[in-house]
Amino acid sequence: MASIALKNVSKSFGGREVISSLDLQIERGELVVFVGPSGCGKSTLLRLIAGLEEVSSGQLLIDGRDATQLPPAWRGLSMVFQSYALYPHMSVRDNIAFPLKMAGRDKETIERKVNEAARVLNLQDYLDRKPRELSGGQRQRVAIGRAIVREPVAFLFDEPLSNLDAALRVNMRMEIAALHRQLGATMIYVTHDQIEAMTLADRIVVLNAGRVEQVGSPLELYRRPATLFVAGFIGSPRMNFINGAEASRHAATTIGIRPEHLSVSTTAGRWQGKVSLAEHLGSDTFVHVEVAGLGAIAARAAGGLDVRHGDTLWLTPDESCLHRFDEQGRAIGA
Amino acid sequence: MASTHNGATARLMLSPAVVLLLVWMAVPLAMTLWYSLHDYQLLMPRGNEFVGLENYVYFLTDPAFFQSLANTLALVMGVLTITVAGGIGLALLLDRPMYGQGIVRVLVVSPFFVMPTVSALVWKNMFMNPVNGLFAWLAQVFGMRAIDWLAEVPLLSLTIIVAWGWLPFATLILLTALQSLDAEQQEAAKMDGANSFARFVHITLPHLARPIAVVILIQTIFLLSVFAEILVTTNGGPGNQSTNLAYLVYSQALLRFDVGSASAGGVVAVVLANILAIFLMRLVGKNLES
Ligand SMILES: Nc1ncnc2c1ncn2[C@@H]1O[C@H](COP(=O)(O)OP(=O)(O)O)[C@@H](O)[C@H]1O
Ligand SMILES: [Mg+2]
Repeated sequence: MASIALKNVSKSFGGREVISSLDLQIERGELVVFVGPSGCGKSTLLRLIAGLEEVSSGQLLIDGRDATQLPPAWRGLSMVFQSYALYPHMSVRDNIAFPLKMAGRDKETIERKVNEAARVLNLQDYLDRKPRELSGGQRQRVAIGRAIVREPVAFLFDEPLSNLDAALRVNMRMEIAALHRQLGATMIYVTHDQIEAMTLADRIVVLNAGRVEQVGSPLELYRRPATLFVAGFIGSPRMNFINGAEASRHAATTIGIRPEHLSVSTTAGRWQGKVSLAEHLGSDTFVHVEVAGLGAIAARAAGGLDVRHGDTLWLTPDESCLHRFDEQGRAIGA
Repeated sequence: MASTHNGATARLMLSPAVVLLLVWMAVPLAMTLWYSLHDYQLLMPRGNEFVGLENYVYFLTDPAFFQSLANTLALVMGVLTITVAGGIGLALLLDRPMYGQGIVRVLVVSPFFVMPTVSALVWKNMFMNPVNGLFAWLAQVFGMRAIDWLAEVPLLSLTIIVAWGWLPFATLILLTALQSLDAEQQEAAKMDGANSFARFVHITLPHLARPIAVVILIQTIFLLSVFAEILVTTNGGPGNQSTNLAYLVYSQALLRFDVGSASAGGVVAVVLANILAIFLMRLVGKNLES
């Protein structure tokens, strides 16, 4: 298991800077998630670490050794691609065995390791099938199997679950978390889905337009977002942002309050408004309230709250959970 | 088809085309078969009497027949080898991003649009001519004896000429196939420690198996009946050294004016081509299914 460090790494594609002077330290055995909107440079960053793209400037250290110029195969990393990138003409067995074969391992070792990986991933019954005869989840497992057998110093995942349906995604998420515990491996996981990031990560790196917005544990990011961008990206449903007079009263340009930090009442409260939409999930009710002077505010209420479109509601923010941001969108000291 | 009624209508609508095709193909075939059983010499009109299988015996026992059969197979195999190997090589080169890619691709494809007669004459007179040819000049530059290509190695020369014409076809099909190869597969193999040779063998070649099969199938069909190139260069000679089946049939019919045995030869050629086609279909069909 290795630590990975990026020092002042930049990447440009034909003059357009996609990653700009980025510093990052990933500790041994850590599961770090890169999260950010589509096109912010997550895949590029991962491919830089993998060696599939060359850095324009800066340094990459794996376990303290300079790996900036090393070809991909020598970095000792395994990658699971978004498209799985299985070899279509090879059986599952041959797919998983491929890296071992390329490393020139002997037949018995290969056999043993492939069977071991198949056991861990529940693929024993499918070893002789071709990838196209497998379901999405099984293909995903084969791709992970191929990554495991090399015993890499770190795993790289590029949106591995984005091609799966919702139920399977939750399952595979748990399996990857279990795999991480089991192997104790360093893992870098890329996703645009903040729920995946929150549930999986030891640490989350929030990227925006090629820059690191904030690094921290899921709860740190949730409790103390450093910027407006992080505040809006982490947490579901999204944080409410309020500008203008209400923000000025708190000595901020923008204030933010999460839906779960608003108490909802049908009789009294700080802000009065009309319900524009009520989503009854059973366990919770999400209400979207149109408050005069503030705009649309989303709030989470107890599941039993029986309101509908047009009803009047009162919202009261929990002042201790209020986030304040300055003009640049940076959080004002908590 | 939705119903039997529709089926009948469909058949009715199709019938003109089918009838036309049948007449087009069946009549000449029947006439060829009929002639092949008769003594039909254009120079000696003797009443065209029925001679049974004598024409076949004559054609099949002609030493030229076995040589032309061997030549046909050698030509097909030679051209296939050159075009498939060369096509893979060219496709791999053209698949890389480079300056002037569009123009280079057009240039590479252009031989396909040159008529076989023209290209063969160009090769014959400008490259392979022992006195004025480019190859002769090259040999001279290096102080070697000029080779009279078409006289000394006629079949090899023909193979080169025909292969030159078909190389673009193979290149084009294989290039298209290469472009559909998933880049992430290559990257995955890179991370798995495969060097470029291993990636070619384990990823690229299996991906190309199908298009290669298609190239072989289509080319074989056309290569069995190579004719124009032979006619304008070697005329099948020296001796019968560059005579293939198609050319042998031609020489029987229009050089010796023996329509009977030429027809027999034609029938033999059709039968052989079919045997080869069935054999190939089996081989390639398996490849196409998987
Ligand atoms: N090979 C490339 N050539 C040029 N631009 C690229 C290339 N790869 C990625 N980009 C650009 O870099 C930006 C980041 O892409 P990417 O890392 O794939 O984003 P993400 O994975 O976060 O969605 C995008 O704007 C994309 O257009
Ligand atoms: Mg991406």
